[in-house]
Amino acid sequence: MYQALYNLTSNTIISTLIVALVPLTLILLYALFAIWLERKVSAHMQDRLGPMRTGWHGWLQTIADMIKMIQKEDTIAADADKKLFNIAPVLVFAGSFAAFAAIPFSSAIIGSEIEVGLFYIIAISSLVVAGILMAGWSSNNKYSLLGAMRSAAQIVSYEIPTALVVLTMVMYTGTLSLDKISQQQTAYFWNWNLFGGPEFGLAKFILIPFMLVAFIIMFISTLAEVNRTPFDIPEAESELVAGYFTEYSGMKWGMFMLSEYANMFAVSSIVSILFLGGYQSPFGYLGNTLGIEWLVPIEQLFWFVSKTLFFVFVQMWLRWTLPRLRVDQLMTVCWKYLIPYAVANLIIVGIVTLL
Amino acid sequence: MKTPDEIFDILKNNFNDDVIGIEKEQPTEPIIFVNPSAINKVCLFLRDNEELKFDSLMNLSGVDDANGEKVKDNDGSEIIKGGTLSVYYHLYSIKYKHKITLKTSTSREEPRVESVESVWKTANWHEREAYDMFGIIFNNHPDLRRILMPYDWEAGYPLRKDYKNPEFYQGMKVPY
Amino acid sequence: MALKTETMILNMGPQHPSTHGVLRLELELEGELIVDVKPHIGYLHRCFEKHAEAMTYPQVIPYTDRMDYLASMYNNFGYVLAVEKLLGIEVPERVEYIRVIMGELQRIASHLVAIGTYGLDIGAFTPFLYCFRDREKILNLFEITCGARLLYNYMWVGGLSHDIHPDFVRLTKDFIKEFRPTIKELNDLLSYNKIFIERTANIGILPLATAINYGVTGPSLRGSGLAFDLRKEEPYSIYDRFDFDVPVGQGLMGTVGDCWDRYYVRVLEMEQSLRIIEQAIDKIPDGDVHSAIPRRIKPPVGTVYQRVENPRGELGYFIISDGSTNPFRVKVRAPSFVNLEVLGELCKGHLVADVIAILGSIDIVLGEVDR
Repeated sequence: MYQALYNLTSNTIISTLIVALVPLTLILLYALFAIWLERKVSAHMQDRLGPMRTGWHGWLQTIADMIKMIQKEDTIAADADKKLFNIAPVLVFAGSFAAFAAIPFSSAIIGSEIEVGLFYIIAISSLVVAGILMAGWSSNNKYSLLGAMRSAAQIVSYEIPTALVVLTMVMYTGTLSLDKISQQQTAYFWNWNLFGGPEFGLAKFILIPFMLVAFIIMFISTLAEVNRTPFDIPEAESELVAGYFTEYSGMKWGMFMLSEYANMFAVSSIVSILFLGGYQSPFGYLGNTLGIEWLVPIEQLFWFVSKTLFFVFVQMWLRWTLPRLRVDQLMTVCWKYLIPYAVANLIIVGIVTLL
Repeated sequence: MKTPDEIFDILKNNFNDDVIGIEKEQPTEPIIFVNPSAINKVCLFLRDNEELKFDSLMNLSGVDDANGEKVKDNDGSEIIKGGTLSVYYHLYSIKYKHKITLKTSTSREEPRVESVESVWKTANWHEREAYDMFGIIFNNHPDLRRILMPYDWEAGYPLRKDYKNPEFYQGMKVPY
Repeated sequence: MALKTETMILNMGPQHPSTHGVLRLELELEGELIVDVKPHIGYLHRCFEKHAEAMTYPQVIPYTDRMDYLASMYNNFGYVLAVEKLLGIEVPERVEYIRVIMGELQRIASHLVAIGTYGLDIGAFTPFLYCFRDREKILNLFEITCGARLLYNYMWVGGLSHDIHPDFVRLTKDFIKEFRPTIKELNDLLSYNKIFIERTANIGILPLATAINYGVTGPSLRGSGLAFDLRKEEPYSIYDRFDFDVPVGQGLMGTVGDCWDRYYVRVLEMEQSLRIIEQAIDKIPDGDVHSAIPRRIKPPVGTVYQRVENPRGELGYFIISDGSTNPFRVKVRAPSFVNLEVLGELCKGHLVADVIAILGSIDIVLGEVDR
């Protein structure tokens, strides 16, 4: 995309800015939509209507809230460490925003076609932990501190099963580039990695159950990485008030909120790229059939966004259905179940691929 | 199941003078009077005796009998001199399903009653409340602090009949 | 060189989402492990007992509403029974039946709040709203009866403030029919949820001997395995005429007397309350609910201790009369106040998250703790 823009404008600065602005706008639009969706999903699950007054079925509600949030007073506790306190939300947001650079929305819309996209995303999203720790420590509040400590422990732990599954998939596909992984799973849905990948043969059918296991482990651990119920222990409302962002208000709080939703989208998109073919359509493209070439990337965008939003929806669904685990139980799930299964899965898939 | 009279007889045989008497002229249940310095021993006996087994303390309440002499204070308000403060104990036996009410009275000027916290743990907060509201001091209570009123409330004990609201508490005006 | 370590003091409350009001818990923590819990109460203290001494007997009733504001009907019930016992008056059959029906509806409403907020404490938001939806239907029944939704002042000494609405019987039957299936729904969504069981089973185990010694009553005591219900133990009003069971904790998911047992006793009790209402609703005799209300309430000199089975436990009224129109002393034995005392005993050695689970399972109402 950068290359195309460079050819068009022949100016590095302008094209870089545009490339950077596109994901930001997308995230903001998506966050507006996701927050509204969350409210509606929770409301309908709970036998109520949710926001109804602002616009059609309350779709303007989030915008109204944003305006309110921007106008709010920015309070900083007297004993807080002001520098860290101010940097923390920016860092958290930057971490989750940077991940979007490498995500292929369609074959034509990729912020940066780096070869090590998967590696980059895992690395950059760890930046969030640093931000959360900063927020918890600098708030000078015991609840924030407990929340931040829980959060750091949780995210670091759950990165291990995530990385193991990613490793499995990298071994199987033979590439770290998200775009190439997507391209491999082209044509029909039985070519998706979840169904054993594009190559036909005995190996494909043997792989299906292991891919399913990998998929489930990946989904659970990403759920934990974005602090959603049943793993929302860092911000457990009934115990720690609001966890690491208890002391924040106004737009700084809004940045935590925004990055939470951005994270949800990022991890969902990785799950859908690794297992569900990313931007690939499950059954061919209308553009190819009609012979309209420019329609294909748009269709791809549609498929990508639908798949990802489906996972976002599942995350919301789980949030409003399940209670919350306790800290030690959370660690048990990770270390006693997810990691051993992920390792076993890695070895088996490795052997099958080798043969 | 034992009647209050039978319970009174058992107590009288075991404790002599510490069990003062029984008052039956009540519309509801009779009351046994006990010496305040022996209440913990009587209660322990009631709890552990095989025939009585009063294993639960339903209620413990302090009462200001207001039976002293009413005199005018310096500022013209009425205060009570002399008389007694009382503590009522309502006991129940889950095993035998019988009840008894005990009453112990102590002087208003120096109200001291033995604590029954070691007999029933539930008495802990009840006694703290009685101390908070009436200023009855329970000997051998492990943690006798105010419970409902602020810890630094200095204006006396609110449920006494001659209690007067203070003008200020911590610089805040009290009467609203 | 030995490393010097300190415990951390964490103040939970008085403003905290899970202390169910203005309770302050002083937690002494070793990491996230509880070393000691000190409850500090009194933030909602209004000195009901002092107020009562300045009022006539009927004037006290609205104040009783405001103690356990989730079970106001039952607070009225206990108080009027105590005063009636002191006066030695009989109330008409119709009044007795309506009182029992209202009391049991109130018990269901109160348990719904307890169950819903307990789910909320554990992190399940949705059951909370389902419970409130059903509670709303009960509040509507109260509203058509006496016009109030929270603080009713409905039961008077010797009678009731209003007779029931002509539609009340039909609407109550409709409610019972609608409500039964939602108990099953609630069980599927919350009670038998694996995560919920993990969080509550084997947590905060209350042995029976400790429970009795601490004077714990109500569902918390029954959760420890003793079928002690005052409606059966010493039936007041007309409870001896109805057929119902007293559910006890059986340790289905863990040990007897754990949080799950205390929670589940409440779920089962709602079903029993429905049974009582079903038996009573068709038998309400004709009569005048005002006929036995005395003109002038002036009980003889004496004392009375009347206890009733409030949704939270044993609610006792100790009233001393000096023969005048005002009570000389009213002492309330509030179940929440007594049950809360055992919290420190239950929490030791658990994690911060468990404190919330334990506090929710003993179900306190701060209006009653502080009175």
